Amino acid sequence: MPTTDHTLDQILDLAATHFKVPREKLTPDDDFFKTLGIDSLQAIDLLTKLEHHFSIELPDYELQGVSDFRTLANRIQARL
Amino acid sequence: MNEFKGETLSWQIVNGAIELALHREPCNEIGSLTLEELEKFAAALPGLATEAHVLIVHSTLKAGFSAGADLRELFQRGQEMEKAAALRGVREFLERIHSVMNALDAAPLTTIAAVHGVTFGGGFELALVCDIMIADRMARFCFPELRLGLIPGFGGIPRLKRDLGNAVVRDLLLTGRSFNVMKAQQIGLVSQIAAEGEALRVARATASQVGKFDKRTAAAAKEFVKPIPFEDLKREIDIFCDLYSRPAVEEGLRKFVENEGVQPYLP
Repeated sequence: MPTTDHTLDQILDLAATHFKVPREKLTPDDDFFKTLGIDSLQAIDLLTKLEHHFSIELPDYELQGVSDFRTLANRIQARL
Repeated sequence: MNEFKGETLSWQIVNGAIELALHREPCNEIGSLTLEELEKFAAALPGLATEAHVLIVHSTLKAGFSAGADLRELFQRGQEMEKAAALRGVREFLERIHSVMNALDAAPLTTIAAVHGVTFGGGFELALVCDIMIADRMARFCFPELRLGLIPGFGGIPRLKRDLGNAVVRDLLLTGRSFNVMKAQQIGLVSQIAAEGEALRVARATASQVGKFDKRTAAAAKEFVKPIPFEDLKREIDIFCDLYSRPAVEEGLRKFVENEGVQPYLP
């Protein structure tokens, strides 16, 4: 199983690619709504991309209140 | 009326397929204007069906197929009216939209929902009336109504029960969670997955195949395998109206409508 750090790296890579943000501008504790400049509909897109990438199901109620990449990585890690 | 361009939707016949396009910003929320235009479509459908063999329902908006009922309108009308009048209005709206959904469900031609992105609540219910659901990889489905103290009101539960096992229906309904296209195909809701942005193209290819068969035979096969659950549909309206009159629903709708955060209010 990948480490949480590895999972976090993959999330940052994927978010940078999908939302066309330079990868070096993203850090683990960023509020991804602000850093990526996304709204709730785009956040749903990100969730779907992450589920496809990691081949997991991540119920959205587990993400309520989650807005930073590190916590997101922990939630995903728990489903791997 | 072979062609129509409305404020919330449009239709035209292309290569023997009626293409019904939803285009109300931001994400095809279904309120009174959409209902009026859907009623126009349902009234035109018998005539259109004589010149086409397939109906494709899709959205031209990037955000998705449809985010469902217009909750802002539902909340505002509830605020403007005395409670009994608001409840009558809700029941009338539901009966009208059920009538449209039932007409689409029973249409004597093959119907295809080509969905992408957000396909939630009433939008999901609209897709569920179609015979075949084709979804792109980014489609996401959800019945969030319980989060607001309601149940789906546009015929969703009876049609989910018709199409899926009861255990899956309970999970989707009672958790209110959203799920992706892989899950949707795994449980039997989506029959074909298209690449991102390709659902309409795949639907057109499917329509072309469907068009090779005798229309009368296809309609008979459809009628045989797709009964309309009228009794459950009526019960759904009654249950929805019972739940709607409670203060908890008004409060849930208020929080949803007044929430200005990037994450919508969802308990």
